[in-house]
Amino acid sequence: MSQLAMDLECANFSPQAPAYHLILEGILILWIVRLLFSKTYKLQERSDLTEKEKEDLIEEWQPEPLVPPVSKDHPSMNYDIVSGPPSHNIVVNGKQCINFASFNFLGLLDNERVKQKALASLKKYGVGTCGPRGFYGTFDVHLELEDRLAKFMRTEEAIIYSYGFATIASAIPAYSKRGDIVFVDEAACFSIQKGLQASRSFIKYFKHNDMEDLERLLKEQEIEDQKNPRKARVTRRFVVVEGLYINTADVCPLPALVKLKYKYKVRIFLEESMSFGVLGEHGRGVTEHFGVNRLSGQGYCFSASLPPMLAAAAIEALNIMEEDPDIFSVLREKCEQVHKALQGTPGMKVLGESYAPALHLQLESSSGSRETDVRMLRRIVDYCLEKQIALTLARYLDKEERFLPPPSIRVVVTVEQTKEDIDRAASCIREAALSILK
Amino acid sequence: PGDDFGKEYLFIGSSFEETPLLVAVLTYMGYGILTIFGYLRDFLRDWKIERCHIAREREEQRDFVPLYQDFENFYTRNLYMRIRDSWNRPICSVPGAKVDLVERVSHDYNWTFDYTGRVVGGVINMGSYNYLGFAENTGYCAEAAAEVTMKYGVGVASTRQEMGNLDRHEEMEALVAKFLGVESAIAFGMGFATNSMNIPALSGKGCLILSDELNHASLVLGARLSGSTIRVFKHNNMQSLEKMLRDAIVHGQPRTHRPWKKILILVEGIYSMEGSIVRLPEVIALKKRFGAYLYLDEAHSIGALGPAGRGVVDYFGLDPRDVDVMMGTFTKSFGAAGGYIGGRRELIDYLRVHSHSAVYATSMSPPVVEQIITSMKCIMGEDGTTLGEFRVKRLAENTVYFRRKMTEMGFIIYGNSDSPVVPMMLYLPAKIGAFGREMLKRNIGVVVVGFPATPIIESRARFCISAAHTKDMLDTALCVISEVGDLLQVKYSRHRRLPSLDRAFDHSIYDEIQD
Repeated sequence: MSQLAMDLECANFSPQAPAYHLILEGILILWIVRLLFSKTYKLQERSDLTEKEKEDLIEEWQPEPLVPPVSKDHPSMNYDIVSGPPSHNIVVNGKQCINFASFNFLGLLDNERVKQKALASLKKYGVGTCGPRGFYGTFDVHLELEDRLAKFMRTEEAIIYSYGFATIASAIPAYSKRGDIVFVDEAACFSIQKGLQASRSFIKYFKHNDMEDLERLLKEQEIEDQKNPRKARVTRRFVVVEGLYINTADVCPLPALVKLKYKYKVRIFLEESMSFGVLGEHGRGVTEHFGVNRLSGQGYCFSASLPPMLAAAAIEALNIMEEDPDIFSVLREKCEQVHKALQGTPGMKVLGESYAPALHLQLESSSGSRETDVRMLRRIVDYCLEKQIALTLARYLDKEERFLPPPSIRVVVTVEQTKEDIDRAASCIREAALSILK
Repeated sequence: PGDDFGKEYLFIGSSFEETPLLVAVLTYMGYGILTIFGYLRDFLRDWKIERCHIAREREEQRDFVPLYQDFENFYTRNLYMRIRDSWNRPICSVPGAKVDLVERVSHDYNWTFDYTGRVVGGVINMGSYNYLGFAENTGYCAEAAAEVTMKYGVGVASTRQEMGNLDRHEEMEALVAKFLGVESAIAFGMGFATNSMNIPALSGKGCLILSDELNHASLVLGARLSGSTIRVFKHNNMQSLEKMLRDAIVHGQPRTHRPWKKILILVEGIYSMEGSIVRLPEVIALKKRFGAYLYLDEAHSIGALGPAGRGVVDYFGLDPRDVDVMMGTFTKSFGAAGGYIGGRRELIDYLRVHSHSAVYATSMSPPVVEQIITSMKCIMGEDGTTLGEFRVKRLAENTVYFRRKMTEMGFIIYGNSDSPVVPMMLYLPAKIGAFGREMLKRNIGVVVVGFPATPIIESRARFCISAAHTKDMLDTALCVISEVGDLLQVKYSRHRRLPSLDRAFDHSIYDEIQD
């Protein structure tokens, strides 16, 4: 009671507050009053335009043309026309040639058994599937093919896509999302680049086949991780490589890569469109070539499924591959033959391993301008077409590739090419090079 | 300007009935219960009381960062898995009007399937995109394709720009251009890839893409890969589109206010989840007024709409030259595979040189090309028969009949009354699985869709009408649908059909889209 009385008494005194306190509060009150009554400051926006001005802007706006014009003599403008089946003897622009340009490594494009199986499938299922895999577009042949592929490649499961380009371009973003880290080889093909772009992950390029460069990048990443362990625990890490690079025709050093994988805990994405059915004793690809075990993986596909006759043809092709594993050593022999025969072509060098079935023939010394180089190579290709050897320039989207490979001629080896064919092709290319690359 | 067009062209056929309130509440409750059970099951799985079927890491990789975070997969594990048997049903015959399904059972609640070895024959197929009935293994088209298989083989093994350009490809492209009424066309091996690879070639940084809310994943991916700014307008809403166009031109690019290099409008002919048809005359008028370009994806509408089967342009009687880029697929009405783009010669020449597909992707398989050529000639009437004309007419009749009957029975059907894609609303998650299974028991194969292809409370069943369906098949199907509808109580409609509604304009569309 007395405490309360004492408090009341204290409250009755006007407190002797320090002067600066009162002055400060006075200033604050004046400031508030000023703010309340001052004009609000607004950024002058374009929405202050009158209706007439807006209409004028709309009238005046000229869009660019939808596509820029393409000159009639652009090198990629006129396609070579193939009449008839694209098999070993191919008719290009009206001329009968020997085919050194289609990726027909095992000669299965013209195989009777494959064609018969496709025909049988056509008679049973028709051509198209009329739907994606989820909605009655899954045929028993698809399931069979996936099963067979998984067994052949010795993995747990397999999944097929209806479009080769889309496979790796969809698989990468399915696993690697925004915030994840992907280490990729510089010579990776265009579809891998598109997959990486779609995935929104952090991309780090390492020099082609350079394991030390990759290790350096991995070490840097490890240091980063130690700074932020919580984030590191949820960031997935991937390495994307190709078994047999389509742009440089050499093999990735898989055993070294596997060692790095377990050391730095990254997952490997292996793109084997060139090495499947080529490398390894049984054609199982680069893992068989090096004797490495595979991982398991699953994916997701949401576009119309592969036409069943193509799936049936693929199953028959797998049958042929399994029945006759000698075909791979035959292919390897032919690759060595071609590789040897093309050595010493004047003014040109051969790019690729001796067992790679798709080689590149590049100019030894560039003229300085890519356009001139391409034109010279095209003349060589035309010369060979005249002499009935079908070759092709390796095609790229010049402006879109991240690391544009130098211009080259693509030479493809198939098991159907005889020694005579190979010798003829080699001498023809030599002649062409001599006469054109003086 | 928006009002004038509505009077000239009839949109009275479109209806999107509102979700009944009680049903909406029950649907949310349903998902809530499923979520609670999901957490419970996860808990039991963690504590090993319940067996775990999910894909697991190998021993050597146990301490790698997991591929799938647990939370991301919650929906898949606990909701999708339970009704998984409604999807990916394998078939073993032509996907025509009747189809044979491979019978499968699951002993562990859909985690794995066993094939019993039996075949469920003669299931009426209301799920395949077989609008004109060209999915057949006999007849003129199949014979031609068979001949080509033996002559040309099945593969091409090279890209269009290298050694993969066959004379048949060029013939097919000329035919497609003639069919569409455009100057020139180019074809690709996969419909999805046609969009995702060519939109980046047409549009880049500094361009604006105006995309419809309900566009297909391929269009969205193509737009994202192009690097342009993307703005989304409300589905089929012309006021929204006009306001966006106006503001885009007046204000220019965000922050810098530089003018846009070009504006590309992405729309589809028929939207397969809604069954709605794009308001093409209005879009074309808007595009002409503002100087934008129009990219029309006719995946579902080519062959299926229009008195001559030439798609949505034919349906409205417009000039195909007004559409800058006409894209479509061969999978649905032509019974083949692949996609095409048609337009002016400059556009196609540019794509021949710069398209990702022409440079890097293997060209189309010869028998597939043959199927496209023969089926297109059939529709155009150039094969000497009236089969094409007959099929187009039949499809239109079947569509109108089916839709009318479904509405009379009291189901909520979305979409335009001429669209052969008929979505029927189910709403509750449990009914998705139930509908699929009950229909299969009664020998009708249907497609059911839920989240994430549709908004979470708007799950539906989708019927695809085909010219190959006879009236008897449709009657059988309708009878069964009515029976199952009564059993599951999905006859929600309480109103008569409403005229076309212009949805109210929503200002939140201007919030920057996170892609």
